[in-house]
Amino acid sequence: MSRALALSVLDLIGSTPLVELPRLSPKPSVRLYAKLEGQNPTGSIKDRVAKAMIEAAETSGELEPGRRLLEPTSGNTGISLALVARLRGYPLTCVMPANVTEERRRLLRLYGAEIVDSPAEEGSNGAVRLALRLAERDPSLYMPFQYANAANPRAHYDGTGAEIAAALERVDVLVAGLGTGGTLMGAGERLRESFPGIAVAAAEPHPGDEVMGLRSLADGYVPPILDVSKLDRKLLVTNEESVAGLRLLLELEGIFAGVSSGAVIHAALRVSEELDEGVVVCVLADGGWKYLSAEFWESVDVGAAMERSIWW
Amino acid sequence: MAAVRIPPTLRAEVGGLRELEARGETVGAVIEDLVERYPPLAGQLISEGELASFVNVYLGGEDIRTLDGLDTPVYDGETVILLPAMAGGV
Repeated sequence: MSRALALSVLDLIGSTPLVELPRLSPKPSVRLYAKLEGQNPTGSIKDRVAKAMIEAAETSGELEPGRRLLEPTSGNTGISLALVARLRGYPLTCVMPANVTEERRRLLRLYGAEIVDSPAEEGSNGAVRLALRLAERDPSLYMPFQYANAANPRAHYDGTGAEIAAALERVDVLVAGLGTGGTLMGAGERLRESFPGIAVAAAEPHPGDEVMGLRSLADGYVPPILDVSKLDRKLLVTNEESVAGLRLLLELEGIFAGVSSGAVIHAALRVSEELDEGVVVCVLADGGWKYLSAEFWESVDVGAAMERSIWW
Repeated sequence: MAAVRIPPTLRAEVGGLRELEARGETVGAVIEDLVERYPPLAGQLISEGELASFVNVYLGGEDIRTLDGLDTPVYDGETVILLPAMAGGV
């Protein structure tokens, strides 16, 4: 295989495996497939986004050599940016809520990233607000800002979506987790070109009370790259349902995935029940490794064990 | 009657309740019923006759923006969930 001859780990980003999930499918007439994004070099789909955003900024000339990067991220995007930044020679600062799991912080530090904590009680919106403020105050920082960077959905248009379109002759439903909206917008658009009747379905986290941390609804945040009118379904998934999905994936298909993947599986099963027949593709954004220290795996009350953190 | 779940950011406007009951045959009518009883909610939920952009409303666990919006029919005993729009995408 030519992949064995890659000159850089960055060349190993993308071209992830697509595997059928026959034991998980609720009926033989519905074929379920999973795109295993945990197989990317740092273990998540965000490798695609980080590489695309940095390359786009280098190409446009916005990102001069050695300039410091700043990004609000509670994990995967930061880790992916840390990899790309290290190999391309940029220092990196990540802004993240103080209650992010230790594995993520440790990995970021090992890659050489600096971490700035935003208040845990302000959740991810707090990290976004703080990062925007820091970037405004210090113009020497370059913020890729995955929420508004067109290179994010484009990475999924050119990569994730194109790879699925090349691998399958038919796709009726695409299910992916909703975070920035990058996967759903980019892969959704690319797959709609090949399969015009496709339904693009988002699995969205039901946040715990304590992480909503907003003084008013006006403090809410809708990522500029997300156009909800391009989604056909937008399904709310609780933490309990996500973990149930993770356990099914492990027990039936032997796949150890991250929390958002459990939500994607839950949503995919809901959609599959409604179909008489068809092909459903699930994008599983990361592996389960970065969640091993989390309490929910062994907790009787999964909801309580999860409600104080943001999971995707 | 539909059950309506209120997020922490809106509880002050409804006397601290986490959940309350409201009447209406559509999501829009359920929200109107709420706003009549708790007028401070109006500015938070509705903007120029449309659902405010920073609020998400779910019926049966599905965002009404991918259903029929405020015209989405509500049946007795269903649960409407109100949530703030939040940045995800770790």
